[in-house]
Amino acid sequence: MADIIGGVFTSHVPAIGNAIAKQRQQDPYWKPFFDGFVPVRRWLAERAPDVAVVFSNDHGLNFFLDKMPTFAVGAAAEYRNGDEGWGLPVYAPFPGAQALSWHIIDSLVADEFDITTCQEMLLDHAISIPFELCWPGGGPRPVKIVPVSINTVQHPLPSPKRCLALGRAVGRALQAWGGAEKIVIFGTGGLSHQLEGKRAGFINKDYDRFCMDHLASDPDAMTRHSALDIVELAGSQGVEILNWIAARGALGETAVEISRNYHIPISNTAAATMLLETAETARRGERLEVEAFVG
Amino acid sequence: MGMMTRRIIPGTPVFDGEAASRGYRLNAMCYSFNNAANRAAFLVDEEGYCRKFGLNEAQRRAVADRDVAAMIAAGGNVYYLAKLAGIFGLNVQDIGAQQTGMSLDDFKAMLVAQAA
Repeated sequence: MADIIGGVFTSHVPAIGNAIAKQRQQDPYWKPFFDGFVPVRRWLAERAPDVAVVFSNDHGLNFFLDKMPTFAVGAAAEYRNGDEGWGLPVYAPFPGAQALSWHIIDSLVADEFDITTCQEMLLDHAISIPFELCWPGGGPRPVKIVPVSINTVQHPLPSPKRCLALGRAVGRALQAWGGAEKIVIFGTGGLSHQLEGKRAGFINKDYDRFCMDHLASDPDAMTRHSALDIVELAGSQGVEILNWIAARGALGETAVEISRNYHIPISNTAAATMLLETAETARRGERLEVEAFVG
Repeated sequence: MGMMTRRIIPGTPVFDGEAASRGYRLNAMCYSFNNAANRAAFLVDEEGYCRKFGLNEAQRRAVADRDVAAMIAAGGNVYYLAKLAGIFGLNVQDIGAQQTGMSLDDFKAMLVAQAA
């Protein structure tokens, strides 16, 4: 039986890719952000997931405005990164967990989520940057992925409530999956930031803290706001928190916060990284540690 | 009945259906800049490239002026515009400074100050 082990939640600011390319991880500007990944990398190395289900948004690499799905699920054997136009390196392809994708799609549609399915899907910095942060240094991708893309670009956006429900439906699909894979959930983007308008550079620590404080224990609290409320509270691009909300839903009812990092600013963004474990994995972890100590 | 009232968020353009319709051609041009050959073609013949995508006058002028606020007013979406800004050597901090009327240093300092 598949095992949902936990979730990684992180900003995906493109400038992080440039910092990695120029090896600036220890520079004073960057160190406070990169340090947030020390516990995440350790956890990933110890827990060794096989599959990542990644909730993120496209930024005009894969989807143009001619067709803009509210929710799209990848169903490919491989996904490529691509030239986004402003200078990031093109990263290695991502192997897809194709059979699991179709299982999730079957389950979501049976659950009355009218999603778009994509057998071809370019993945942009919303996935490449988190992966470079979690598994640095290149080499073969350690996990196969199922990308779930949420429209955070063209309003009307899906509501936070609907995103949480989508995530929970993905979680039910994973629990019903017959494979033996260990599955990690990713939610990428945010936190508060705004790129356009007179309010460009807007950051809201209070709202970000509210989200981080409720992510593990009470994600429904984040559904009290509409998507436009979140634009006002977190900035036009802060609405990427929708990806976090959906990802949290996929973890199931109970989750435990393992680590949290919050740093202002990375580029125009209040950058955050959180690691959550499912309650079951957390209990097993304690048991492992106890056994190691006794042994 | 009819259209829902549009919500106004001060200083914050909301990229909705109306903006997406208005900005379609400008955004289509920007989307083409995912391809390096298209970026080079734009630099060789900016006027001709804009004409090929059918930009309207306001969009053409905004591009000629490298004026991001005017591009957004003409229906541009910042994710697509970022690809055009990249051709001009402008990143999201440069365009933030431009839209807020700050120097780049002041814009960066404003961001850092929000950590306090």
